[in-house]
Amino acid sequence: MLGFGILWGLASVWLADPDLLPSPSVVAQVFWSELRSGEMTVHMLATLARVVAAFVLAMSVGAVLGVIIGRKPNVDAWVSPWLIIFLNLPALVVIVLCYLWIGLSEVAAITAVAINKIPMIAVMMREGARALDPALDDMTQAFRIPPAARWRHVIVPQLAPHLASAGRAGFALIWKIVLVVEFLGRSNGVGFQIHTYFQLFDVARILAYAFGFIMIMLMVEYMVVQPWERSVSRWRRYAN
Amino acid sequence: MQIDISGKSIGQKPVLGRIKLTLAEGEVLALTGPSGIGKTTLARLIAGLEPAKDSNISETGRIGMVFQEPTLLPWRSVIDNICIATGCDAAAARKALDNVELGDRCDAFPLQLSLGQQRRIALARALAARPDTLILDEAFASLDEATAARMRDLTRRILEGAGFRTLLITHNLDDAAELADRVLLLGGSPAQILAEHQVNAPRKALDRSVEIKAIRAKQLGFEPNDKP
Repeated sequence: MLGFGILWGLASVWLADPDLLPSPSVVAQVFWSELRSGEMTVHMLATLARVVAAFVLAMSVGAVLGVIIGRKPNVDAWVSPWLIIFLNLPALVVIVLCYLWIGLSEVAAITAVAINKIPMIAVMMREGARALDPALDDMTQAFRIPPAARWRHVIVPQLAPHLASAGRAGFALIWKIVLVVEFLGRSNGVGFQIHTYFQLFDVARILAYAFGFIMIMLMVEYMVVQPWERSVSRWRRYAN
Repeated sequence: MQIDISGKSIGQKPVLGRIKLTLAEGEVLALTGPSGIGKTTLARLIAGLEPAKDSNISETGRIGMVFQEPTLLPWRSVIDNICIATGCDAAAARKALDNVELGDRCDAFPLQLSLGQQRRIALARALAARPDTLILDEAFASLDEATAARMRDLTRRILEGAGFRTLLITHNLDDAAELADRVLLLGGSPAQILAEHQVNAPRKALDRSVEIKAIRAKQLGFEPNDKP
């Protein structure tokens, strides 16, 4: 972090063009003033809400779809060509089409992000469902464990590591796509602000928003995602 | 309990031929034969883990099963493993663990235990299910000699005077002779019951070497008395 700051400071001195690459202290000042005016908080919260909505939608649809195709090869045969198409569809195409077909609305924005993410989550969860231990399946059947308990205690814990890595990969990509969606067709959010300052050629503000948001995402990663991942894989420390 | 299986194939390959056997209340029946003969397939049919087409298996009641692998949930403690599988309460699970001399490892996780201990947990789990039929599928395999002997002793004590039916699947004639009331020999392809042996004074601490010789002789297809 410190090394990056020093490198950036040196680069800005060397370039000597504050319009193109403002120094870290200038960006910090802009960041502080945007934060104090309340402007940044409003846009950050708007973006964060979209990230959360798209994440929840993509994870739930993707996980359910992935588990179904992982358990049922005949459904997989039908679904997997579609997954390949959607995996290779550029995010930008999906976003533009959603805006054209659904309209420039919140629903279109969140749908576009979720559609971009669902195939990857489904593919990761499919691998998880395929890796379910058949011996444990036999055990649940022999002991006639009721379906609810079977999901809760036997299946979901086996899927949890896959769910965690799908969640982490999904989260990393979703917030980047949300910024693009905001850039193209929303009137608030970090992406919208970057769009505005792009047109004004205000690099300091673009950097201030970008770093502010990256900081929030890092906090989510270290304070939510990683502790959760550790807690679901706690039992693994006894392996070997 | 009556079992009448008209045959079972896995893929195209017929594994089991016609097999008819009965298992009385409180009886310990050993099914033995060489590895890969179809003993486990038969156990799975009886446990309802394989579809049994054209077969007649009378009501097995509650089944407690010990698999070749311990099949414990590594993410739950030992006591949770028993409660989740059997739906019993903690007190009953503790009692089952005391029975296999692991009452002090209730809160351990399965991966902290040795394979022998995991097998005993699996046995405790099967007992906690209060089974009408207990199926032990190679429960002593791949354990070192001392651990296997200890587990055999433990199982003998548990089976003595138990009210449930027990099906003991093993390729090891020592296990069969030490624990069972009756030994069935499985052989041929597809597998059939080749011979039956009634164990003398079952589960008593006797020297079984003569009896094992007799069973082995039946397995080879001749009676020991035929030889001078």
